[in-house]
Amino acid sequence: MQAKLKVSRYDPETMGRGQQRWDEFVLDVHPNATVLDALIQIREEVDGTLALRCACRASICGSCGMRVNGDAKLVCKTRIADIGEEGATIIVEPMGNQAIIKDLVVTLDTFFDKVRQIDPYLRADTVPEQGEYVASDESMVNLLTAMNCIMCGACVSDCTVLEVDEAFIGPAALAKAWRFVEDPRDDQRDTRLEELNDVEGGIWDCTRCFKCVEVCPKDVAPMDRIMEMRDMAIEAGNTNTSGYRHTESFNKSVKKHGRLDEARLAVESAGYTNIPRLIDLAEIGVKSVLKGKMPPIVPHKADEKEKITRIFEKVESERGS
Amino acid sequence: MYKHDVLIIGAGLAGLRAAVEATRLGLDVAVISKVHPVRSHSNAAQGGINAPLTDRGDDWEGHALDTIKGSDYLADQDAVEIMSTEAGDAVIELERMGVIFSRGEDGRLGTRRFGGQLVARTFFVGAITGSAILHVLYEQALKYGLNTYEEWFVTDLIIEDGCCVGVVALDIKTGELHSIWAKSVIMAAGGAGRVFEPSTNAIICTGDGLALAWRAGVPMMDMEMVQYHPTTLARTGILLSEAARGEGAHLLNSEGERFMLKYAPQYEELASRDVVSRSEQTEINEGRGIDGNVLLDLRHLGREFIEDRLGYLQEVAVEFVGIDLAEQPIPVRPGVHYIMGGIKTDVDGATIVPGLYAAGECANVSVHGANRLGANSLLDTVVFGRRSAVHAADYVKSVDAGSGSDEHLKATKARLQSIFDREPTENWASIRNYMANEMTTGIGVFRDQSSMEGAKAAIDDVSTRVPKMSVQNKGKVFNTDLIFTLEMEFMADVAKAIVHSALTRKESRGAHFRTDITKRDDENWLKHTLAYKDTDSEDGVRVDTSPVTITKWEPVKRVY
Repeated sequence: MQAKLKVSRYDPETMGRGQQRWDEFVLDVHPNATVLDALIQIREEVDGTLALRCACRASICGSCGMRVNGDAKLVCKTRIADIGEEGATIIVEPMGNQAIIKDLVVTLDTFFDKVRQIDPYLRADTVPEQGEYVASDESMVNLLTAMNCIMCGACVSDCTVLEVDEAFIGPAALAKAWRFVEDPRDDQRDTRLEELNDVEGGIWDCTRCFKCVEVCPKDVAPMDRIMEMRDMAIEAGNTNTSGYRHTESFNKSVKKHGRLDEARLAVESAGYTNIPRLIDLAEIGVKSVLKGKMPPIVPHKADEKEKITRIFEKVESERGS
Repeated sequence: MYKHDVLIIGAGLAGLRAAVEATRLGLDVAVISKVHPVRSHSNAAQGGINAPLTDRGDDWEGHALDTIKGSDYLADQDAVEIMSTEAGDAVIELERMGVIFSRGEDGRLGTRRFGGQLVARTFFVGAITGSAILHVLYEQALKYGLNTYEEWFVTDLIIEDGCCVGVVALDIKTGELHSIWAKSVIMAAGGAGRVFEPSTNAIICTGDGLALAWRAGVPMMDMEMVQYHPTTLARTGILLSEAARGEGAHLLNSEGERFMLKYAPQYEELASRDVVSRSEQTEINEGRGIDGNVLLDLRHLGREFIEDRLGYLQEVAVEFVGIDLAEQPIPVRPGVHYIMGGIKTDVDGATIVPGLYAAGECANVSVHGANRLGANSLLDTVVFGRRSAVHAADYVKSVDAGSGSDEHLKATKARLQSIFDREPTENWASIRNYMANEMTTGIGVFRDQSSMEGAKAAIDDVSTRVPKMSVQNKGKVFNTDLIFTLEMEFMADVAKAIVHSALTRKESRGAHFRTDITKRDDENWLKHTLAYKDTDSEDGVRVDTSPVTITKWEPVKRVY
């Protein structure tokens, strides 16, 4: 089988930061060959200067995160035959949201700094007198999802929030935080939730774009973990956040009107006592009016809003709230 | 200047376990690794970790005997006794650190069966046990604020007055060389599977630690003992865990027959790995294979069970070869997986060079002898990783730091410069691929005088080519071309030790099965081979022998 690769190159010793060169390679590969197999073939037979990380070749070490045709992937488990048409050019680039060291190698300093931020170890004051902690198998199997994370960085690479907000703890570290919040042996659950709720860049900064779920090669589904922690944080009484108020206002508006009351949502998310934020909003309001983009003060009602209200009532009664 | 009490080379399970222990003992500890700790090859251990937990009716002597029988009586029994008696605490400690081991109905740790044992005493996390433990040990390293030199490549050990006092290492990201001084060095740099092809091992498993210690005068012990794992994927050598068979999977030949029933009537698919690999190879050689493979069949286990307990295997099968294990058997064959041989140490991890310790796959204590039981490697790493830290901690109290001289650094700089300056005639990749194929052919599941001599001829050839290697990449930053060239030098040393040790042992024992001498010979060969670097001898290597320690289990015929 023939494979065509277009590989992004950067050499800090000869090129300026931000510069990039594209090299094309045409190779004969095995029908089951992966993108990694092809890159190794290039490195061994064509161009020994190509820099990339890889180790296990079996999707467990997390070394070979790269962008393939625009999305972050573990290239060791990305078969060439599974990408587009046979013979189509495959574009290989370094992962995003982190500085490039050389060619396909990025620094993962940001990634690991964020992991450090969440106290990534079991915190337990009580240790069993003898033997292991007793815990149900279900509670341990539950943690497997997050424990499957191999820290490849794919989610961080493609996270759309991290692109604009460096403070965001990010999908991988938050999924790791979930693993401790959910671990019955960890006795700092509430403290962790409170910290993740209050800290800048915490659980409320995710925009639910689904990108991390899509690119995670190990089905960790970081966004789902973050959403679960939002619920847990609220249940644990952490309600003084714009994130929580946003959720409440959103629900209230859709339940009442069958659609979103955008003006009220903005004000309620900020909080009626949050004067500085309200002043900001007032400015935005004035500009919106001048540009004719102010949402209506009293929202239009949806045509069959009763049906929507009934959906809310049904869900609420099922959840027992 | 970089300076520590204890410097640990390698950040897999043995290295990190040693680091946690030395840190708890209040020492200035650092770990140096050519990859980030969570990339270490301990990740690839799938099936589990053995421990005879005495509080639930198992007994350590049962585990010790299974281990010794598995080793074909080549293991040192004093070392096995230590491993088996410390196993329970070691596993419980991992659980308390946060490993999410699978549980039984009662909420306590659950087990599965593993090869060479009739008792289920293997503790596990799905089929990602190594990864799950490695990540938890890394969490502990973060908790204790461990110093780590990540993506630093050790080029040389610093030996002064016969003692190991540090290393010279290359910071891969900058290309700069540095001396790191340490009162003691623990080698925990893993295995050498890349000496062969195919292998289950990661691309990073190039025997660096073995070669570094060897160059410092430490013997490599029992290097002929190379484990072929019975269930690896053709072409790539990717591992499919023994856990599959531990959970009930069958091995079938081309006639659909469960052939293990005739080779190992009592243990069936769960005989020792050497036994199962030979059985498979016999089936293949006698024409009952399928394109050089046999079949691993999990279909009767059912989809839900496979996904719950062996999820990672299903992932590998589907993603790499497009096979759904619940629907279709998967072709497998024996592939190089582990080296029982290694840096000779005592039961405290000490080598004959003061200040130099070794633990994990690069070391040979010896607890695995001529064949390692599945799930004993993880146990070995945590038990002897911890012990080497304890003893290194004791040792550093009575020694001074090294001289701080820059002569070692200068010598390495000159050596690397000479590689950059060479005319391009040879490169690491062509030598590595040639060597690895020749090694698999000559030192295979079955071997004989002529095949081993063939491997020796290839290694002689490799020895003349290695000093001519040049690099295409002349840069400093992330120059993997240079790293692989240095790794090739390490692999050439390891391959030489393997070939000469194999030619020395004139019997069949465990993984060393000679078709020209098929019997075990306890009278003459109940002993270890010790390969020393010897610049005076023609081949640069000398092989001695030393006795095996027998405590209470006299060698008997090994039947499964």
